This record gives sequence, C-alpha cells and structure tokens, in this order.
Amino acid sequence: MEKVCDAQIKGVSTGTTILAATFDGGVVIGSDSRASIGGEYVSSKTINKVIQVHDRVFCCMSGSLADAQAVTKAAKFHLALHSVQMETPPLVIAAATILKDLCYRNKEELQAGFITAGWDQKRGAQVYVVSLGGMLVSQPVTIGGSGSTYIYGYVDAKYKPDMSREECLQFAINALALAMGRDNVSGGVANLAVITESGVEHVVVPGNKLPTFHDD
Amino acid sequence: MALSNVLEAPAAGFNFENSSSVPENNLYVRVNEIHQRSVVFSSFFFPSPVFYPLLQDGVVLGADTRATSSEVVADKMCSKIHYMAPNIYCCGAGTAADTEKTTDLVASNLTIFSLNSGRKPRVVMAVNILQDLLYRYRGQIGASLILGGVDCTGSHLYTVGPYGSVDKKPYLAMGSGNLAAMGIMEDGFRPDLELDQAKQLVRSAIQAGILNDLGSGHNIDLCVITDRGVDYIRPYQESQYKDHRTNKYRFRQGTTPVLTDTVVPLELEVVEEKVQQMETS
Repeated sequence: MEKVCDAQIKGVSTGTTILAATFDGGVVIGSDSRASIGGEYVSSKTINKVIQVHDRVFCCMSGSLADAQAVTKAAKFHLALHSVQMETPPLVIAAATILKDLCYRNKEELQAGFITAGWDQKRGAQVYVVSLGGMLVSQPVTIGGSGSTYIYGYVDAKYKPDMSREECLQFAINALALAMGRDNVSGGVANLAVITESGVEHVVVPGNKLPTFHDD
Repeated sequence: MALSNVLEAPAAGFNFENSSSVPENNLYVRVNEIHQRSVVFSSFFFPSPVFYPLLQDGVVLGADTRATSSEVVADKMCSKIHYMAPNIYCCGAGTAADTEKTTDLVASNLTIFSLNSGRKPRVVMAVNILQDLLYRYRGQIGASLILGGVDCTGSHLYTVGPYGSVDKKPYLAMGSGNLAAMGIMEDGFRPDLELDQAKQLVRSAIQAGILNDLGSGHNIDLCVITDRGVDYIRPYQESQYKDHRTNKYRFRQGTTPVLTDTVVPLELEVVEEKVQQMETS
C-alpha cells in the first residue's frame, strides 16, 4: 500500500495546507482535512489537524501523521504540567518552544512541522511556525504544508495586519480553498479555530460550501 | 502510571531505540524482512478487509478469514476479530503475528487495569496504549488495527495504523481489501443505521473485498458490540467454495508392510547411585 521513497513520508501523511493569521484581538488558525498514503490514496477525508494543546493555544500539524500526533500528545502533556506548575495559563511561545524542542532534538527520526497560534495575557495574539528541522520563528501570518506553495501570492497580496475578525476568517477560508483547489494532497473540509481573549470558536466549512473562483 | 500500564513504564520523552537514523539502512532491512516472511511458513501475513460502521448504540465489526503467506493461503479460517476487553474488540490486518501479539498484550494490560482500578476500560484508553506502542516501534510492527467498543461514554470506532497514526470515524475499512470495502461503505453508510442494516452493510463490504482482493477470502465473521453485550458471530457467512475431498486420507495400521524388525538393547552401566529421603511429615 505504501511506496517508500526518500522524499516521501512512510505511512499516513498529512500532505496538507495549514495556515494561521493574526487579526485585531485574536488569531485564526486553519487547515484542510485530508490524510494520504504515498500521495495516491486518501486514507482519511476528515482528519483533524487543528489540535488544541491548551485552552487558548492551538497547533496545526503537517508531515507524517503518526509523528505529528505523537509530538502533539507529548507537547500537550508538557504544556499542561508547565501550566499547573506555574499556576497560570501558558504563554503561546511556551507551547511553540516545547514543540520546537521535540522537533529539534529528534530531527533525525521525525518528519513533522507545526504552526502554533494562540492568545495569552502577556503578548496577545501570536503565531509561531516550527519547521521540520526545529526552527522557531514568529510571524503575523504564516502558511505551511504542501498546499501552501500555491497560495504564497494570495497571502502576500491579501493579508493586512489588524483586519477585523470576519475579514480575517474570510481571508483564511479563501486561502485554504485556493490551496485545496490546486494541491492534490489537500482537500476535504476547512477546519478553522478563532482564538481570542474571550474564547475559542471552531468553524468548519464543508467542501461544497467553500468559496468558488473563476474556474470552478 | 502503575494502574494503566503493567509493562515496564516507558521512559519519558521519545524513544527511538528501535529505529536507525540512516534511511537507506531502513529500506535494506525492510526488504530482508519481507523476504524472510515468505520463507518462514509459520509467520503469515494477512492483508484483508476489516470493516465497521458505528450504530446509534453499538458497533459492528467484520472481517474475512483468510491468512496468506505470499501467494499461498496459510489459514482458511483464521480469526481476525480479537478480544481486548468484554466491551472492546479489535480487528487486525497486516502481519498475523504482530496483530495477535499486540492485541493480546493490550488485552492483558486492560484486564489488569480493570482489576486494579475497579473500572471498565474505555475504548480511547486501548487506542492510546496501542498508539504509543506502535509509534515506539516505528512501523516495524505491521499491525493495522480497528478498535470498536462501547463504554460509559458511548460507542466508538478508532483505527490505529502501523506507524502509530490514529483516526476516529463512524465507519472504517483496513487491510488489502479496504479499497473495495470502502466503496461499499461510502455508498451504503447512513448515520442512522439499524442493527440489521449495519450487519448487511458490513457483510456486503467484506464480500466486496473477498471477491475483488486476492488477499481476502473464505468466511465472514461479524462481531456486534452494544451496551447490552457482545454477539460474536463466527461465521456470519460461509464461503461458497467448500472442500469436497473425494478420498479418505487416513491409512489403517499395516498399510505399510514391515520387512525387518531388529531390537538392540542398550547396555547401561550404573555409575553413581544417590538416594535422597523425601520429607513426608
């Protein structure tokens, strides 16, 4: 069932499109929902790639599904312990650093990348990206996964800092729709989470309700 | 920790002892393994469809009964639906030994957990233990499992891949026949299936696998788990192609004539004699 090549991921992979963007007062994080094997077979049409690692911190996974699930499980544990010890909700950078540490120290064996986004009391809404090798970078908007290559232009042109919540959500949905339209290993539904000081809202846009463009 | 896992508690953090960092090495080792599996007859590989939709108040698990060793059918009546707990059953596709042993291991763990804690295990607990185990072994344990069961939180259906990926779905198919089975599933599954409809759907899906996949065949086993109990139907449907052996293969004593009979007594010399009194009081 799986073809093992150097560049490909063994087992189920989340060839994917993930993104996160900050807006005025919060952050939107989203992904597609397709899991594939060998770039040929869709093993799951509705896999959840947007994982809540703490009350106001989410992360999106890309790469090998097994590796990403294992890393987020470990990160959830470490973050929960850290939060209990500090007796305060964790900072988003703490979550991102935990993921980065796991990815960097085990870089030989792991094939997983993450986007962490959330809200904390100290610095407000933030987005961090942890790449495959364990680089940690903070950005106001970021995209990742195999489908991201098709939407760099769209994101660069359309993103504005301090958008409103609705504008940012629409921007994210549009970006995901465009990427899913061009990338064969991204698809399914668009899973998004909107994180603000007051709470978290999950938004799910089924494939047939995604925005359509000139050629659809 | 002590309650849930009676194996040696895995060290905190990631443990990559079971993998080599050089990808080329891994590929080489894998090729060797597959070759060995086909040579050693007793370790068989059963890729096969196993398939399960979720009912409102239960789960239906189904599987075929063929185990193969490359092109040869090693077992026509193997049992692929394994017991994990009174309320949890697991279907395994992949390497037969791996699925057997892995499910056995987790079943033992769950039993001890139940005795220690006084609680019935939850399906998600079995899933987590399996995920940790399979992930630690980096795909070297070739077990693709589907777990279904009913616990205090309701009925659940999970799949755990050989590399340790987990997915929760209302219906699933795994094994070499999963493409054929999934087609039937996608067409026939509704969220509000009745028990009989679900059983028919599972039967049709496994049938599709049996007909279209060479790795699947023979009978269909079904296992229905509800909050009222478990109904393990083996077989639910028998194979149309049965053996009709025309000869008797038992030979009466004396069929092979004895030509000569030589008895050679062994001369034994007593070297040392020791008498030890037994305590009988």
